[in-house]
Amino acid sequence: MGDHYHGPATGVTRWLFTTNHKDIGTMYLWFSFAMFLLGGFFAMVIRAELFQPGMQLVEPAFFNQMTTLHGLIMVFGAIMPSFVGLANWLIPMMIGAPDMALPRMNNWSFWILPPAFLMLASTLFMEGGAPAFGWTFYAPLSTTYAPPSVTFFIFAIHILGVSSIMGSINIIATVMNMRAPGMTYMKMPLFVWTWLITAFLLVAVMPVLAGAVTMMLMDVHFGTSFFSAAGGGDPVLFQHIFWFFGHPEVYIIILPAFGVVSQIIPAFSRKPLFGYASMVYATASIAFLSFIVWAHHMYTVGMPVAGELFFMYATMLIAVPTGVKVFNWITTMWRGALSFETPMLFCIGFLVLFTLGGFTGLMLSIAPADFQYHDTYFVVAHFHYVMVAGAVFSMTAAVYYWLPKWCGRMYNESMGKAHFWISFIGFNITFFPQHFVGLAGMPRRIPDYALQFADFNMMSSIGAFIYGASQLLFLYNVVATIVAGERVSDEKVWDGAEGLEWTVPTPAPYHTFEEPPLVPKPAGTI
Amino acid sequence: MALLAPMATAQNQVNMSPGVTEIGADIFGLHMLIMWVCVVIGIAVFGVMFYSIYAHRKSKGHQASQFHESTKVEVAWTVVPFLILIAMAVPATSTLLEVYDNDEAELDILITGYQWKWKYEYLTDSGEPVSFFSNLATPQEEIYNTQTKGENYLLEVDEPLVIPVNTKVRFLITANDVIHSWWVPEIAVKRDAIPGFINEAWTRVHTEGLYRGQCTELCGAYHGFMPVEVHAVSRDEFDVWLAAKRGAAVVRSALATQTLSVDDLMAQGKGIYDRACLACHGAQGEGGVGNAIAGSQVVLGDLSGHFAAVAKGVSGTAMQAFGAQLDDVELAAVLTYQRNAFGNNTGDVVQPGDVTGMKNG
Repeated sequence: MGDHYHGPATGVTRWLFTTNHKDIGTMYLWFSFAMFLLGGFFAMVIRAELFQPGMQLVEPAFFNQMTTLHGLIMVFGAIMPSFVGLANWLIPMMIGAPDMALPRMNNWSFWILPPAFLMLASTLFMEGGAPAFGWTFYAPLSTTYAPPSVTFFIFAIHILGVSSIMGSINIIATVMNMRAPGMTYMKMPLFVWTWLITAFLLVAVMPVLAGAVTMMLMDVHFGTSFFSAAGGGDPVLFQHIFWFFGHPEVYIIILPAFGVVSQIIPAFSRKPLFGYASMVYATASIAFLSFIVWAHHMYTVGMPVAGELFFMYATMLIAVPTGVKVFNWITTMWRGALSFETPMLFCIGFLVLFTLGGFTGLMLSIAPADFQYHDTYFVVAHFHYVMVAGAVFSMTAAVYYWLPKWCGRMYNESMGKAHFWISFIGFNITFFPQHFVGLAGMPRRIPDYALQFADFNMMSSIGAFIYGASQLLFLYNVVATIVAGERVSDEKVWDGAEGLEWTVPTPAPYHTFEEPPLVPKPAGTI
Repeated sequence: MALLAPMATAQNQVNMSPGVTEIGADIFGLHMLIMWVCVVIGIAVFGVMFYSIYAHRKSKGHQASQFHESTKVEVAWTVVPFLILIAMAVPATSTLLEVYDNDEAELDILITGYQWKWKYEYLTDSGEPVSFFSNLATPQEEIYNTQTKGENYLLEVDEPLVIPVNTKVRFLITANDVIHSWWVPEIAVKRDAIPGFINEAWTRVHTEGLYRGQCTELCGAYHGFMPVEVHAVSRDEFDVWLAAKRGAAVVRSALATQTLSVDDLMAQGKGIYDRACLACHGAQGEGGVGNAIAGSQVVLGDLSGHFAAVAKGVSGTAMQAFGAQLDDVELAAVLTYQRNAFGNNTGDVVQPGDVTGMKNG
């Protein structure tokens, strides 16, 4: 590191006042991992209760608080901030920018998150308990019939919405204004592309969520009746507004994961991504379609048949660009020179399991069949295949892949591989049997169940404990790497890695690209 | 496909059941069709991937080729899936139109979801109206593991819905409080019960039998404890049942004018307490979600205040209005029971006539 670089401040003020994209990225990543463990702990409570039929550990009301907080914390506290952290670390380094475009706002968008989640978690200790209406908080269960803590829940959602919007604006501003000379849009790494599109989705839908919770607040405290039929409102209106946010939201979660996989598979195949341009267009198509499919979450609310047909056809269409992506990744591997380090293993795990989740998604899109699937464990299995094996696996791959670049030390490869295999097996033991119980008729969000579901539920719980425990191995491996991992000094770290972030020294210095780099590669060779 | 059918209600069932209606069979067919399409695509896609993982390893010395982009391939893998989707959409559309054909029903039943039970009302043109509540019949002791669980644990009710077979039955579905969803997998009906709105669904069951289901929309603490039980019986049996129900309703309204014994009221009252009050107020009146009944100021106080709380509910709390859920005899019995059980010993006896009087102001 040259003398003219000034390093970080010392002590706690480094973290409180930092405007450095790498520091902020690090904080986002650690925060999201802490939330992942908290949300995971709630999942363990859920699976322990469901280990056997009969009420075992907790009361039904508390069980509902667990499912609600598990969903909210995993979606808003773990997955979303983890990808924002990744964006902070990588986007400036990938496009050859010295930092994010709006560094002070960057600091603020992180630091409002911990108080929001502290407030959300503190509702557990309030009179009447935490929110118990599911992460989708359908009215009127979340308004007229909600516990008093709903007000704190609404405030927490507002804060994290503000955080997401600020984060997204920052990413859009950075990508549009701070690319190094020669880094045209169609030369940007796919991770940058997927995040740019994700950021636009966030800016479009987070205000809709804010609107929904504001209407709830009005109904709860100020005597309005947006969602109450007794006052001329409509409970189904809530669901339309929620899912107009909620469906793009699931793509907000999965698109950056697509970006990560599109970086890592070429690196360990030692071969360029097969169809760069078609990947960009597929991502944009998925983003567009995400705005016109929301009511497929609501096939049973009693929509007119024309509405059902429209949403069914539009939803089925999503299979086309998603298929394009899967085919592209596999064609990228085809006739490459493959090696299977931990990041690649997690990407292959992603590819197989996410595709399975995509298949069940296609099944769910068929409206008449959905009348049997809706709100059963089949749906729970489906979205955990896309959210956990999709988003969380790819995030894990990303950490293993870029960690050596970030800290200049190599993780323990055998431990990484063990983490992959235990996760992969534990995940499938947990969620595969949930397809069966769902098809056999087990509704979701129930604390107790009929006897014919007992064996598969016990299996599911055992798998969940295995999967949960394997994350502690991950935590240990990461900490051990940062503290005492074997040093790496090679700029590229991985022989197949391509992109500007691999041209800076390892570990990445506190400030990078204060002078814009020369963009070395033509399009398509990420 | 046929092999899976006998497993329909067995332990560890792994697949959807085709059920006992034509629509159920159509949906099952669609489900299997799409599943097999996905299986075939999956085998092809993963086959290519695993071959590549096997054959194109760096450790085997495989050299990476550097090819990328091919318009022909990319057009093919966009167009072919699109055509497959169209092939799926055709049968899906016709089944959906069938599901939505609510016309010309021979029997209408109004289903209302309550926290946490179902109310069924037979909408017939003539005769005494027939309506009743259907509550979970599984005892608390089974739920809290002090008794062996029965075969139909959590899927049994005190009074099932009875419908005739080979008859188009239309369900009008709504809710009284929050959103519920009425689902019986075997008869292939799932429809949300939304307060203030009425949804339609229909079925025509072709096999006599007993079909079980559950509420499928999170509706509060006891969402997992409001099952549905449907008895499909022959047309004759149904007519006999409906006539008996009508007769019982007439007897019931006659009972409301009589004076009942304390023992009778207490015995009836306990039954009603156990199914309607216990979940919130506790088996010994000790409270829980709701306030304690034992030593309660409302219960020990003036009868009209006690009646108002039970019949009209307490707004802003989970306490529902039971005035429309219980008839005058039942209200009299449960009020008598609460005023004398759990050490409350007021000695008050509430007669159905008293309730009728309080209801009329």
